[in-house]
Amino acid sequence: MSGIGQSVARLDGPAKVSGRARYTADTPMADVTYAVIVPATRPHAHITGIDLAAARAAPGVIDIFTHHNTPTFGPIDVPLSQPVMPLQDDRVLYEGQPVALVVAATLEQATHAATLVSVTYHDAPFDTDFGADLDRIEVAPAFFGIPPDNAKGDVAAGWVAADVTLEATYVTSDRHHNAMEPGAVVAVWRDGALDVYDATQGVFDARTCLAQALRIDPDIIRVSNSFIGGGFGGKGWGWPYQILPAMAARALGRPVKLVLTRAQTYTSHGYQAATRQTVALGARRDGTLTSLRHDSVVAGSFAGDHVEGAGWDTPALYASPAFSTTHRLRRLHRGNPAAMRAPFGGVGLVGVEIAMDELATALDMDPLALRLKNHTDINPIDGKPFSSKKLRECYAIGADRFGWSRRTAAPRSMRDGRDLVGYGMASLVLRAFRFAANARVTIDRAGQVRIETSTQDVGQGLSTVIPQIAADALGLPVDRVHLVLGDTTLPVAPFTGASSATMSVGSAVQDAAASLRRKLAAAGANGPQGYPGALAALGVDSLSADGAWAPGGEPGDGEASAAIFSFGAVFAEVRIDVDIPIPRVKRVVGVYSAGRIINPRTARSQMTGGIIWGIGQALLERSDMDTRLGRFLSKNLAGYLVPVNADVGEIDASFVEEFDPHASPLGARGIGELGALGVAPAIANAVFHATGIRVREVPIRPEHLLSAA
Amino acid sequence: MQAFTYARVGTLAEAIAALQQPHAQAVAGGTELLNWMKEGIAAPQRIIDINNLAGLDRIEVDDHGLRIGALARMSDVAASAHVQSAYPAIAQALLASASPQIRNMATMGGNMMQRTRCRYFRADVDLPCNKRRPGSGCAAIAGDDRAAAIFGGSNQCIATHPSDVAVALAALDATVQIDGPGGKRSVPVADFHRLPGDSPTQDTELERGEIITAIVVPPSAAARRSHYLKVRERASYEFALVSAAVGVDLDGSRIRAVHIALGGVAARPWRLKASEMALRGTLLSDETALRGALDKDFDRAQPGRHNAFKIELAKRAVIRALRMAGERA
Repeated sequence: MSGIGQSVARLDGPAKVSGRARYTADTPMADVTYAVIVPATRPHAHITGIDLAAARAAPGVIDIFTHHNTPTFGPIDVPLSQPVMPLQDDRVLYEGQPVALVVAATLEQATHAATLVSVTYHDAPFDTDFGADLDRIEVAPAFFGIPPDNAKGDVAAGWVAADVTLEATYVTSDRHHNAMEPGAVVAVWRDGALDVYDATQGVFDARTCLAQALRIDPDIIRVSNSFIGGGFGGKGWGWPYQILPAMAARALGRPVKLVLTRAQTYTSHGYQAATRQTVALGARRDGTLTSLRHDSVVAGSFAGDHVEGAGWDTPALYASPAFSTTHRLRRLHRGNPAAMRAPFGGVGLVGVEIAMDELATALDMDPLALRLKNHTDINPIDGKPFSSKKLRECYAIGADRFGWSRRTAAPRSMRDGRDLVGYGMASLVLRAFRFAANARVTIDRAGQVRIETSTQDVGQGLSTVIPQIAADALGLPVDRVHLVLGDTTLPVAPFTGASSATMSVGSAVQDAAASLRRKLAAAGANGPQGYPGALAALGVDSLSADGAWAPGGEPGDGEASAAIFSFGAVFAEVRIDVDIPIPRVKRVVGVYSAGRIINPRTARSQMTGGIIWGIGQALLERSDMDTRLGRFLSKNLAGYLVPVNADVGEIDASFVEEFDPHASPLGARGIGELGALGVAPAIANAVFHATGIRVREVPIRPEHLLSAA
Repeated sequence: MQAFTYARVGTLAEAIAALQQPHAQAVAGGTELLNWMKEGIAAPQRIIDINNLAGLDRIEVDDHGLRIGALARMSDVAASAHVQSAYPAIAQALLASASPQIRNMATMGGNMMQRTRCRYFRADVDLPCNKRRPGSGCAAIAGDDRAAAIFGGSNQCIATHPSDVAVALAALDATVQIDGPGGKRSVPVADFHRLPGDSPTQDTELERGEIITAIVVPPSAAARRSHYLKVRERASYEFALVSAAVGVDLDGSRIRAVHIALGGVAARPWRLKASEMALRGTLLSDETALRGALDKDFDRAQPGRHNAFKIELAKRAVIRALRMAGERA
């Protein structure tokens, strides 16, 4: 069978591995022209001159846009978009900001001409050094509607009442998304309408940005894509590079294609901002927390208001009578950061979960026992019960699968030949972001089913699980179901991000499919074999039903009665050569409480990918900024290290059986970011266990571990 | 457009003649040259394809030792049973390099001609880098110097050479065989790469019109008992943070003679000649004595702002490599 809960192999797999899947840059387009961005080479400056003579004289050049001849764009108010529009004036606020756009007949001609554009700058003082002047901070703006500060109880009193206190500062690094597919846009004006192919995680957000920027009616804009070669948060919302091709296509009357270079992906659609987090924990001798404080200074931008909400979910982790979380923004002359798998808690857990490990050491307590001691089934933030929380099962199953009981408590006490062996663990929590979604399901007389919804497939498996949901509701095999997505002409669905698509879109599809089944039953179908007859009885070739879902409509309780979060426990084993101190991850066991799992196979694959991201965060990924030049270095996959197969040990990801009726009618929550959570602190804690050296920074590097010679 | 001509040469004489033309550049595997051209590091006007030069891809053994043709592919050299048994450090260094796909294309001569991986040199745009643009300065010295040299740098350049196998070859006293308009000559691998001094643009001793024809490695007891240890954060497909190639000739467990070269610490494979002398007669198990001997060279290290850790890391790598070589039957 192929319904919910079945391990259906990816329906889009054969198309992808055979090269038939069409990505945005592959869109065939007659008479297309090629646009190449000229990025600013300074982090903060005024443009004093742009010499276009050589570039204009270069072969194939059709036109060049600068702030002198680019129309004024309207302001954009799509949440999380970068508000600084490109090519509007002489100000440069970050290195990589577009200062010109060259359009030519071929990509090679445009690329060459872009190198001939000569820009002169008057440099202004700039600040790109997150590590310096940490007192030059401001209270972070509310973000996603979440305020920067959150507190409950008397933190100071809890601190005084504690038998053991611990305060330490933890550092996370700037990281870049590095999706395989760079941002790509093809814009076509035809008969007064704008057709845009955009590898965006949100076709409707992109449409809104275009409508606002170009001051045109959104109804004349169509934005679409079929496959996206990874997004990870870097292709959400709206960025300057997405607007320029439509502008140029309108001005030139020809289709314009723009594909970012790999280097440009480092400055064109955000990055995960570095953070400096101070965590203070107070506990009684038995491990009971009395006070929890998590103060985050996060890197921000003068070009936008992104806030890395490192501490947002911290209070939901443990029962503490008093907690306080704050977020302070240190704006820099860099492009606006963005969400990156996994944002917020994916960064904040590094601080909190290493701190918990340090507390366990201070208490001479098993790290897992300390977590269990502070388990809560009530969300401390708002006092509501969690909708469904099986974290205790995660701990128990994870500890068993990992063999946690074999861990000897003392650091540097486990050894295998020349390798120091370390076991570490971490808890994790992820709030559920849920969004309204719509879908339409249609069946024809041949029994073929078509789902239409404007969600996007970013490679996570959506093109398989969404058909499964419809197949399940209709009682049909999944190979009869075809999903059409990524198009603003389809029923409205949210951007694909924040681990929201399966529950949001899936619930709308389930609603539509159930509605269709009722229609078919009303027309006489007594089960799936009766569908063709029902259509015949109705005298139609096909029959459709619309469906919708929005958070807050849960029967009998509504949005307000439960706190909807996912949970998990991660256990990691590292091996570190006693002389050559480079940690290698031997294995990771992750067990998750994430509601109902629609497809265990694609879900396990997604968690495996997330865990590998976590390994990168722990040991490799770090975008270095040259603070004298004001630019990121190594804007390529040779210099920015992500794990290769040899870095990835055995991964054992599994889920506890669960159905969360509060989260969605499907019983599912989201998992897109879940796997990337908790891995880095679990590895950092394993490194401490192996070596006795506490590293409070990721990625952990050999120089951190060489001191104990 | 950066237009260039492409010509395939069939003989060594043709190659040497073609390479004497201005702005000519030889290409073999292409795994480096194409990167330079894409990154704007090089813009040759004439590409001379030397892949068809007959006989230059051979791996031969004679009285002088191992002769590796300049066009031998890295993967073929690594797979040679003779290299594996008589020169294990060479095979190990090759297998620790790049990826299988690159090793299948990249040649041994081209490997020697690699240029630094310094982030400023390899940037997507022209940054201050005296190696890339003379007189533009060195951004690494006051910037990100984590990967930079701790030996042999200058106030013009602190770049390191990225090759693994050159380090093993330098340790084993290999020579680069060169042919050119002035005739044949040979240069020790350990001296083939130039230290930056005041002119960091020229990486090697190879002059215009010259071509590497082979690398010759003499046989020795130390070569048979050699080991290459590469230290890198990513477990594969990554350049060395530091590396050590050693060969030991043992008298029981006492060092009779030893060869040591380091990678990732200088603009060329860095031989530890003073340490090699001091290590003679030392017990392989005597870590204190080993460390003391290594200080003969490491005392002269000149680390930058972020790479002093390489000193300790490199010492440990050498000691571990010596042990691994010593454990070899």
